[in-house]
Amino acid sequence: MQPIIEIRGLEKTYASGFQALKGVDLDIRRGEILALLGPNGAGKTTLISIVCGIVRPTSGSVTVDGHDILRDWRAARSLIGLVPQELTTEAFESVWATVSFSRGLFGKPPDPAVIERILKDLSLWDKKDTKVMALSGGMKRRVLIAKALSHEPRILFLDEPTAGVDVELRRGMWEMIGRLRDSGVTIILTTHYIEEAEEMADSIGVISGGRIILVEEKAALMEKLGKRLLTLQLQNPLDAIPAELAGYPLTLSEGGRELVYQFDTQQERTGIAGLLRKLGDHGITYTNLRTNESSLEEIFVSLVRERA
Amino acid sequence: MNLHAIKAIYKFELARTWRTLFQSIAGPVISTSLYFIVFGAAIGSRFAAVEGVSYGAFLVPGLVMMSVLTESVSNASFGIYMPRYSGTIYELLSAPVSAFETVIGYVGAAATKSVILGTLILLTARLFVDFSIAHPVWMVAFLMLTSVTFSLLGFILGIWADGWEKLQIVPMLIVTPLAFLGGSFYSISMLSPFWQKVTLFNPVVYLVSGFRWSFYGAADVPVALSLGMVALMMAVCLAVVWWIFRTGYKLKN
Ligand SMILES: Nc1ncnc2c1ncn2[C@@H]1O[C@H](COP(=O)(O)OP(=O)(O)O)[C@@H](O)[C@H]1O
Ligand SMILES: [Mg+2]
Repeated sequence: MQPIIEIRGLEKTYASGFQALKGVDLDIRRGEILALLGPNGAGKTTLISIVCGIVRPTSGSVTVDGHDILRDWRAARSLIGLVPQELTTEAFESVWATVSFSRGLFGKPPDPAVIERILKDLSLWDKKDTKVMALSGGMKRRVLIAKALSHEPRILFLDEPTAGVDVELRRGMWEMIGRLRDSGVTIILTTHYIEEAEEMADSIGVISGGRIILVEEKAALMEKLGKRLLTLQLQNPLDAIPAELAGYPLTLSEGGRELVYQFDTQQERTGIAGLLRKLGDHGITYTNLRTNESSLEEIFVSLVRERA
Repeated sequence: MNLHAIKAIYKFELARTWRTLFQSIAGPVISTSLYFIVFGAAIGSRFAAVEGVSYGAFLVPGLVMMSVLTESVSNASFGIYMPRYSGTIYELLSAPVSAFETVIGYVGAAATKSVILGTLILLTARLFVDFSIAHPVWMVAFLMLTSVTFSLLGFILGIWADGWEKLQIVPMLIVTPLAFLGGSFYSISMLSPFWQKVTLFNPVVYLVSGFRWSFYGAADVPVALSLGMVALMMAVCLAVVWWIFRTGYKLKN
């Protein structure tokens, strides 16, 4: 199936001369949740802003469901809802008025039933007549989400939706995003919380310094992450792996003072018990042992550092 | 054409007017009443009739024009500056709304408000002085054209300004003086020949003159010239607005 969003060779140089995007290629599949992970200043907001029509691209192309964002902007934009990073809301309007306004702006006829459902989904129904400025930060964030959903978009961009949102609310938001995906909406969210990407995403893209470093399905990524390391500190350094242990995925490090065993936590049997027994049988003694989990965080940090 | 968007913007902007009803309508109506009390009733009775019209009645079209001009500029500029200032403009920029639709929504709402205001001032004036309207259709036409033109000017100002000071300085330093010196309080035939020539560079003169003609049938400059001048100003403003959206000036990075 054709990706719902295709980004090709996208570059952006701001008027200041700063190049925020350095040739981004990205395909986003229909109906998935893509988490764009990257440190501050990586270009996440710039990328989203270009797709949504707020920032002009310097070069490259973006199509949304086959519609070019510049030539066929009306069709492209009608499909998209955007929740911006900053909490920017009309202060003096009621929640109901500001959400209804958004629906009209995106070309949809008024439909109180739709607005009611959205506000109820976001637990804003009892606040519908309250002025936006009287709401808490978390509620304002939800008002922004309600505005973005008011025209029933096929694609939802969430730019750091849970930044500054407390843990409990964050959970609620994740659940809501999950429900949206179940209804067929494609969701792109940016975050610098690894946990968030891990929890929700189907795919994870890592962006740093204006470049996409990696895009992978979370399951595939998790498999890589599923690899754990068992490190044994040996009493007597070894020159080579003894022939008797050739069947195990073992490596030596620290000049033969450490024996490293790679195993897969996804598998039922890790083989650790068998390995340790064999080591005993062959008189290889160790003074200490530890296991390492290479987390998404570690991969992320090393990726970003590598490219910087 | 995204009609729903035009309607949404228009309604949203007028709702702002209702919220701030007192300062947006009552304020100008009260200050205009004061002008009538001072100039029309108190001092005006000592003035000779101008071109066969009592001074109080002579004042009416000029005062209406003056309020309409300044209010159009300040309303329209505030309407578009506010979302830029608060950041909510992101939504407009990301919506499937064309420049033309945006302008109809914002400028339409500001102009509507000005027309309502102008009408209210006329009704208020009727309480103080007796006047008649010789060409009511032209009167409405001039009122509407002026409201739209100066709302466009305000819209441009609201996009150009990058601070509250600039937003207030232009109406205060340019629009208000031009309006005051535009023949609201006098006929330019009362001026010396030199100042008559200078005054002709003031676009407001043509508006006030044309508007006054629609009341009393007498004008400082030919009516066709007044109409041509409004059309010209509107064309210039439209061209600037078109350029703003084409280039993304101050709206898009
Ligand atoms: N309007 C702008 N003018 C100049 N530089 C900008 C502008 N907006 C963002 N940048 C720069 O572009 C880079 C990417 O910013 P951004 O897309 O906001 O990153 P992120 O959302 O990943 O934190 C940053 O270094 C930022 O300073
Ligand atoms: Mg950002």
